[in-house]
Amino acid sequence: MTRGQRLSAWLLLAALAAPLALAGEIPRDQRRSGADFMAPETRAMQADDTANPAMLWVLEGDALWREPAGAAGQSCADCHGDTAESMRGVAARHPAFDEASGRPIDLQGRINQCRAERQSAEPFPPEDDRLLALTAYVARQSLGLPADPPDDPRLVPFQENGRHLFERRIGQLNLSCADCHDDHWGGRLGGAPIPQAHPTGYPLYRLEWQTLGSLQRRLRNCMTGVRAETPSFGAPDFVDLELYLMRRAEGLPLEAPGVRP
Amino acid sequence: MRSLVNAPKTARQGEIIEIKAMVAHPMETGYRTDAKGAPIPRNIVNRFTCTYDGEEIFSADFFPAISANPFLSFTTVATASGPITFTWTADDGATQTATVEITVT
Repeated sequence: MTRGQRLSAWLLLAALAAPLALAGEIPRDQRRSGADFMAPETRAMQADDTANPAMLWVLEGDALWREPAGAAGQSCADCHGDTAESMRGVAARHPAFDEASGRPIDLQGRINQCRAERQSAEPFPPEDDRLLALTAYVARQSLGLPADPPDDPRLVPFQENGRHLFERRIGQLNLSCADCHDDHWGGRLGGAPIPQAHPTGYPLYRLEWQTLGSLQRRLRNCMTGVRAETPSFGAPDFVDLELYLMRRAEGLPLEAPGVRP
Repeated sequence: MRSLVNAPKTARQGEIIEIKAMVAHPMETGYRTDAKGAPIPRNIVNRFTCTYDGEEIFSADFFPAISANPFLSFTTVATASGPITFTWTADDGATQTATVEITVT
């Protein structure tokens, strides 16, 4: 083999290997909301508060916020007052570290925890319309603020577990989240565009669901899609994954409650 | 039921205005079964009417193929100041009413 032949063999190998190389985490300047991948009609629906069906839940959440609940007979508003001030930015900082459990807790979990401990009321079951309504109402107060996961060193091991879950191949199709959402975003899976999987619009209204749903519901959908076993709602792994996704989306503006096809 | 309605607060006489109305409703088709295989009875919003200053300006019959949380948008000519009232009626007899006021100059 001459030197020239050897060089071209190397070039060929390099060219073959290039598409196989993992793209890795998406650089900050290339991060795009899932809304960017939608049809203009769906984007318009999300942007217009009078056409966004998720606003029905925000309205409901506004009413629930003021309604006394549980044995304590207290409403959310009794402690937290005006959401526009007290809840601004809260969704952008969740999941956050919860002292009581020594683990991260997501926004829904926080609302249910407050409900159980402060209001002495029965916590809402997963995907309950009232829980989604309150979460959407609180998340709405952070509209447009950048995702800002807390820099808490205690969260690091959980975030790393989230990253591990994101990169681990699962299910009969043997795919990881990263296989699609890091390496092939912008491409298509069947007829549907593959977004970057940023959690900035949750809880959101999926036209397919015909209702509002949480990020965990969406994650379970994806897991079912690759024919993997799904953890149950509220599983610690889900919260870790949410934590990693939020870190991965750092800097993107929150758009909850969003609309997706 | 909870509803979200929108019409301009003010308009000029003769101006064409857009009205949007959405209601929270599952629009259960009656063709589905529950986890145990028992049919889920049909429960949809079957009628929507809109009156402007007491006069009916728009109405619609809904059918099972219409999505949950149905959304309608239509236009009318601003004629007089007054209430625009929206009414949805469901199979189970539940009704939802919403009103917005418009000032026409």
